[in-house]
Amino acid sequence: MTVEVRLPNILRPMAGGEAVVPAEGATLREVFDDLVLRYPGLRPSLFTPEGEMHRHLNVFLNDDDVRYLGKLEAKVGGSDTVTLMPAVAGG
Amino acid sequence: MTRYESVLETIGNTPLVDISELSPNPRVRVMIKLEGLNPAGSVKDRAAKSMIEEAEKNGQLEPGRRILESSSGNTAAGLAMIARVKGYPFTAVVPENVSVERVKLLRAFGADIIASPAAEGSNGAMRRAQALAAEHPEWWFSFQYGNAANPRAHFESTGPEIWRDCPEVTHFIAGLGTAGTIIGVGRFLKQVNPAVSIWAIQPPAGETVEGLKSLDEGFIPPVFTENDGYSLLDRSRVVGPRESIEWCRRLADVGIFAGISTGAAMAGVAKCASEIDEGTIVTLSPDGGWKYLSTDVWTGDIEEVVERAKHELYF
Repeated sequence: MTVEVRLPNILRPMAGGEAVVPAEGATLREVFDDLVLRYPGLRPSLFTPEGEMHRHLNVFLNDDDVRYLGKLEAKVGGSDTVTLMPAVAGG
Repeated sequence: MTRYESVLETIGNTPLVDISELSPNPRVRVMIKLEGLNPAGSVKDRAAKSMIEEAEKNGQLEPGRRILESSSGNTAAGLAMIARVKGYPFTAVVPENVSVERVKLLRAFGADIIASPAAEGSNGAMRRAQALAAEHPEWWFSFQYGNAANPRAHFESTGPEIWRDCPEVTHFIAGLGTAGTIIGVGRFLKQVNPAVSIWAIQPPAGETVEGLKSLDEGFIPPVFTENDGYSLLDRSRVVGPRESIEWCRRLADVGIFAGISTGAAMAGVAKCASEIDEGTIVTLSPDGGWKYLSTDVWTGDIEEVVERAKHELYF
């Protein structure tokens, strides 16, 4: 299953400057693993050394925060978009 | 009672209005709490009052001491108003890409304003305020992102008001900025009825954070993490400027003139209402539309307004 992954400005240099990249996988973890295979420089921004999601990374499956959809085990489908965003505050 | 000894007593007790006619699902009712009716114009009056009064009580804030805060506008407006009433000088660090009305409102209350770079967003303003606080230990930095009196204001007032006015609430949906509102209201509602679902809505962190060098410079408010925000929330959705602006315009159909973050919350409400079978959603309108008139949210060409909103801080 190929999904579209949208990268924020700060991660684009690690992905050849691309804003949108394809990746394969049936779960978010598989999508992230595939991304790291294609762009090894992304690893420290996606995963903690323990293999969990980076603390300051917000990941949205379409418009839905994956923390409430099973985190890295969230299921992804062919027409899905995965959007990565840095955690920032408002107010 | 509608007679008060001070304008500060008029903070809170805002109306909750049934706007179910805007619900995309006839089995889902929608209620909106109009926080723009607070005296300095936003929900942040509650946090501002709570932070100042707590600091007065515990001796951190003495007469004449300068108050410092970083804010995209609303918290600064609340603090500026209360500081003026109580006689404290006040300095606000405000990102330079907020609407002109917000800056003028702060000046109306006599605040000193320090502009921080647009590209660094609210995080940049906060870092600047932290540096100023270190340079000026004689000032009192209210630090809304980490001040327990911020969520407490909502635990003690906003939450109980919602429960009093709408005990049938099944979902509470609100924007995520400092996280004060959602943490305070969410914790209160879960305490009285654990079945209430709490949804956070946030804008895309896009063009406004170009100044971020790496993910490690990102920021999650201590108000959120120290209150175990991740386990409190049931869902978190991101809402773009276009749907936020479209919802701002639709709110006019029910006579509600509200700011862009209200449009974002309503876009979240619409998603929720479409996905659940039945229920009663309560949302919160952080402020009115007055401070956004210069951005042509209601009257401008939608494409141009959306493009501008991408570069303006509205949470």
